[in-house]
Parts: sequence; structure tokens; C-alpha cells
Amino acid sequence: MAHSGVPHHLSYPRFLLKVLDRATDGTWRFYAWMFVLTAIALVGANTWAWQVARGMAVTAMSDHVSWGLYIANFTFAVGLAAGGVMMVIPAYLYHDEDMHDVVIIGELLSVAAIVMALGFVVVDLGRPDRFWHMIPGLGKFHWPVSMLTWDVIVLNGYLAINLHVCGYLVYTRYRGERPDPRWYLPFVFLSIIWAISIHTVTAFLYSGLGGRPFWNSALLAPRFLASAFVTGPAFIILSLQLVRRFTAFKVPEGAIRRLLDILRVAALVNLFMLAAELFTHFYTGGHHAAAVRYLWLGMHGHHELVPWMWTSITLNLGAVAVLLTPSLRERRVVINTALVAIFAAVWIEKGMGLIVPGFVPSTLHELVPYAPSIAEWKVTAGVWALGLMVFTVALKVGLQAMTGELRAPGAQADLAVEAKEVA
Amino acid sequence: MDEKPTRRVALKVLGATLGAAAFERALSPLRELSEITSVGDFMQKHYRELSRDEMNAVLRRLEDETQQRYGREVTIRDVRPTEGVQFAYALNLSVCIGCRRCVDACHVENNHDRPTHQSYIRVLEMTSGSMDMEQGNTGYDHTVPAEGKFYMPVQCQQCENPPCTKVCPVEATWQEPDGIVVVDYNWCIGCRYCEAACPYHARRFNWHKPEIPAAEINPDQSYLSNRIRPQGVVEKCTFCLHRTREGRLPACLEACPTGARVFGNVLDPNSDIRWVLENKRVFVLKEELGTRPRFFYFFDV
Repeated sequence: MAHSGVPHHLSYPRFLLKVLDRATDGTWRFYAWMFVLTAIALVGANTWAWQVARGMAVTAMSDHVSWGLYIANFTFAVGLAAGGVMMVIPAYLYHDEDMHDVVIIGELLSVAAIVMALGFVVVDLGRPDRFWHMIPGLGKFHWPVSMLTWDVIVLNGYLAINLHVCGYLVYTRYRGERPDPRWYLPFVFLSIIWAISIHTVTAFLYSGLGGRPFWNSALLAPRFLASAFVTGPAFIILSLQLVRRFTAFKVPEGAIRRLLDILRVAALVNLFMLAAELFTHFYTGGHHAAAVRYLWLGMHGHHELVPWMWTSITLNLGAVAVLLTPSLRERRVVINTALVAIFAAVWIEKGMGLIVPGFVPSTLHELVPYAPSIAEWKVTAGVWALGLMVFTVALKVGLQAMTGELRAPGAQADLAVEAKEVA
Repeated sequence: MDEKPTRRVALKVLGATLGAAAFERALSPLRELSEITSVGDFMQKHYRELSRDEMNAVLRRLEDETQQRYGREVTIRDVRPTEGVQFAYALNLSVCIGCRRCVDACHVENNHDRPTHQSYIRVLEMTSGSMDMEQGNTGYDHTVPAEGKFYMPVQCQQCENPPCTKVCPVEATWQEPDGIVVVDYNWCIGCRYCEAACPYHARRFNWHKPEIPAAEINPDQSYLSNRIRPQGVVEKCTFCLHRTREGRLPACLEACPTGARVFGNVLDPNSDIRWVLENKRVFVLKEELGTRPRFFYFFDV
């Protein structure tokens, strides 16, 4: 392997240049897609800049409902990031060959989703200019008491682990070398535990608050994980089909089948836990059920979230019915529709359906409704666009490295066989 | 791709330049930031790490900034707790008539935002015979006291075990030795986790820069309490520490026409508050949460 001789300090900058080159190369479709995403991200950035300058009064949040669409999407994005692990587990723990070939897609999704999660936290800050107060050493990092500091650690740690694993594999592939398992396998296994931790800690942010009975449930973290293992695989299955359609990359059918199996189980567990929670609230009644009553049935003439929740449960049940019907298994279009539906269902359930009822009714039992403002929708769309841009570019570079298109001059191109052992 | 590499690179550079320019334009509202912050603010250390000299410099800077932004000369002091003092508050629900003069007094004393009529106190109109807050109403608009109702003002309970300080990721809020929970408005990052954690709806966020006409500003201010808060940070009741730490009473108490409010140092055996705690059957709100409020309620019977 001729390229192996090149020292890393020369080879790595060249690699980065090449990555930059490939990341910005593509068909007209790619440019159109990135142009649209850029435009949306810019609208989001502009709205956020106004929000910082003029104050968060541009949002519809209040002292009663002090978290809204941003934190809802933050929670969902963390779930998406954790969901990527459902490719890593079959690939590395169960040596699923098909999954091995495409596992990097799950890891790259985790990277993009964490970028989104961090983005949603930043846009929710009243004083992002004081961000440095959170940097350990420089500011005052209230660890280990504040759960938010735990979240900062696990989210950034998860980002670092996944960047390292993906970056290392892509770089060695570029150099035409066989990756050294000592440099990435321990991190892969660490990432499995870490994926569970990011969503557990995020659930603890809410479930640790005694003053908010709606969140103060031990079932919150398990529910978060179950729904994460619905949305993660759903997003990846859809992505895999787009990759198959628009690139030369071979997507093995076995990987999609395995992910669908995982998703079916996770969706059922998620619904079961939802039912358990609804039973406990409604059968017991009283104050602890107030938020749930408001959420599902409305209260004192307020029904703001009722349509959201019934849309969510309808989509969820419909999708599960489709996914569990044997005769529909080969109907790709039907299956894909179900995946989109269940993705949307969980987005509602975990977003508006989880964050807002924590605040309605308020701790003094006042019922102040909340519906996101236009500014909040714009900023939210912007962060999603940013996440999709990261995902698109990462996927482009990652897959080119896997197929051997991204290769240093002089590096051997005989890795097709090794690819299987390594990825 | 390989035939015309230079043309392609040139197009990419052009695209990147246009993108960067658009990004710069998109973020241009941030130029207005000088209205709400300053270099001094950005560089400022945490309250508890400021030396005497540094604190004085900060106070002078804040006074200057108030002069520039609000056109009013004010004095901002740093009033520290006294050893051997533990504050507590008690409220007699039998005599409170729900007039909300405490709400207004708080509004004026603490330089709250005028358009939103912000205050640290909310008064619940409750139905006699029930402590169920769900039956309560804060938006009542009629002559008080109304038949069959009693009134329950709620403000920061200054918990001994405060859930709000625990969750703060940057230690911008903490409990002082005299029991008062404070916020360093120049350290808070505005994540509002404390607002979610508080079981008593005691915290407020500055959704925009507070608006107060210069003539209405209370110029007697302190760093940890009633100075005009910056945009984008959380604030709360401080038992008017700029008054109470110097032996005066909270503004809400002074405004009360019925004498429903009792305040003082529980460590002083001759204080009124001590008498109430020893002789009345007092209770606290949401005792089951284990927050241990320093704010007590009682009925006169």
C-alpha cells in the first residue's frame, strides 16, 4: 500500500481538503437540495439573531410555559441520536453482516442529530453570549448537582465518540489501510452504552422535578428510549432507501429488514408504556392527572393540545397496524408511509405532547395555553435544516469512503473485501 | 469533474463567498446587542468570585449603564447578609382581603417591567372550605373580599431545600446564609431550568428588556435584588434584601393594609415571626415535596 508511507501530518490535511472537495461536489439534485436547506437555515439564523437582540418575547413562551417548541425538538433530536445505536448493536454485538455494511449511516445520523440537539439548546438560551459560563474551568460548571451539566457532558461526549469512530474509519479508508480495531472498537462499544445514557439523562432532566407531576415519573426514561428506537430506525430505513436510489452504494436488504423488526418491537413497547401511564393517571384521577386530562381531553374550555395528541395516537396506531400486517410486508410504499407516520407521531408525543403539559396547568394550577409563534417555527426549521445539511454532507463523504471513491492518490483499491470485516 | 477543475473550484469559491455574505446578513440583528450587553458584562466574573474592588467597579459600571439606558441616576449597593440572621415570613390567611397592594408594592419597589405589570407575588382567590388550588383564580376582577372566598398570596417560599438552585447549570442562583435565594443576573444564561423546577411559580424570566420610565425608577438598588434586570435572565423575590438586611421590612409587608404579613429573624426570640411560629398552627405549601419553605401560612382561629 503505497500511501501508507506518507506521514499523517502531511496526509491528514490533504485528506481534509479532499473531504471538503467531495462534500461540495455533486449532481444538480444535490445542489438544489443543499440550496433549499441553506435558505431555510438562513431564515432560522436571522430569526434567532432577532430573538437574541430583541428578547425571547418573540416566542410564545411565558413564565407559565417557560419551555416550548425548542426544548420539545431538543428532546426529540436526542432520541434520534440515540436511535442510531440500533444499527451499531446488531452490527457489532450480533455480527449482522448486512448491518455492518451500512452501520456508518447510523453513526453519522447520531452526529447530525446531536448537532441539532445542541442547536436547540443554544436557541433556547436567553443569553447565548454567556455560553462560556458553562465551560468547566472557565465558568462555573454545576456538576454533578445539575442534571443539565450531565446532559452537556453526555451529549458532547456522544458527539466526540461518533465523530472519532466515523472520522477514523473514513480516514483509514482514504489511506487505503486496514483500520486498527484498537483505535475504534473500544469506542464503538462505549458508544452503545453512551447512546443509552444520552436519552436517560435527558429524561432525568424532567423526571427529577418534583413540582411537575406530569414529568415526575420513573417511566419517563424507559419511554424515551422506546420511542427513540422507533424514530431512529424509521429515519434510517427511509435514508437507506434514498441512498439506494440516488447513489451507487449497495444497500443490503437484510439491514432494512432487521431495522424494521427492531422498530416493530420498540413501537409496541412504546405504546404499552403509554397505555400504562394513561391508566395510572386517569384511574387515579386527582391533581396528578390534571396535565394528562388537559392534554387528551381538554380542560376548563381549553383544548389547545387535544388535536395534536389525537393526531399523534391515530398516526401511531395506524402505522403499527400496517407494520404488523404480514400481507403488507412487501409493499414498500405502504411501509414507508407508515414509517413517516410513526415518525411524526412520536415527534408530537415527545415534543408538544411531553414538554408543554409539564407546564399546563402551572404549579399554581393556572391554565395558560401555549402555541408556538411564527418565530419559533422559523428557528426550529432552521435547526432542522442545519441538521439535514450535516447529515447529507456526512453521508456523502462517508459512503464515498466506504465504496473506495474517496481514496488518496497511490492508495490501493483492494479494500472491497476488507470493507466487510471492518465497517 | 476532472476536465475543468479550476472552473469548478472557482464556482465553489463563489458559492462559499455568497453563502458567507448571506450568513453575515442573516446575523446582522446581533449588532443591536450593544443595547443589552457590554464588554464589561461579557467579561464579568461570578458574584462570589469578585473581590471588593472588582465588585465596586462592577457596581459603578452598572450605575453608568442604567444612566445610559434608562436616563436615571441610581445607586447600586452590594448588601451582604448578617450573621445570626435567618429570615422567615408568615401570612395570616384569615385577614388577607386580596386587595393586591402587596403585588403593586413589589412592582414599584423592585423596578419591574411596566407594560406587563410584572410582580413577584400572585394572589389566588380560593373557595372557602377548600385548599384546592385548582379551584383558585388569580385573574379575579371585582370588589374584595368576595363572599365565600379567601385569598392566598404566593411568592418565593425561600425554600431551605430549593429545587431551583440545584438545577442551575452555572451556579447563577444559590441560597445565601440568611436563607434568601438569589440570582446573579449577570451570570444567568437564561436556560429557565430553575423556572421549570420551582413548584411555586416564583421565578420570572425577562422575555424582553424591562421598560420603566426614568421618573418611576426606584433609585435605591442592590446588586442581588431590585436593580433593573438585564434582558434574557431569570429573577425572583429576594425578601427585598436591600431593605431587610438593613433592618427595614419588605415592601409587600409595608403595603399590606390588614397586617396579614409578618416578617423577621427567626433566630431572634423576641421577633414577631418567632411568636407566630411558636403560637399559631402554621403550614407550608406543598409540604410533601420536601422543599421546606421559609414562608408560612396560618388562619387566625
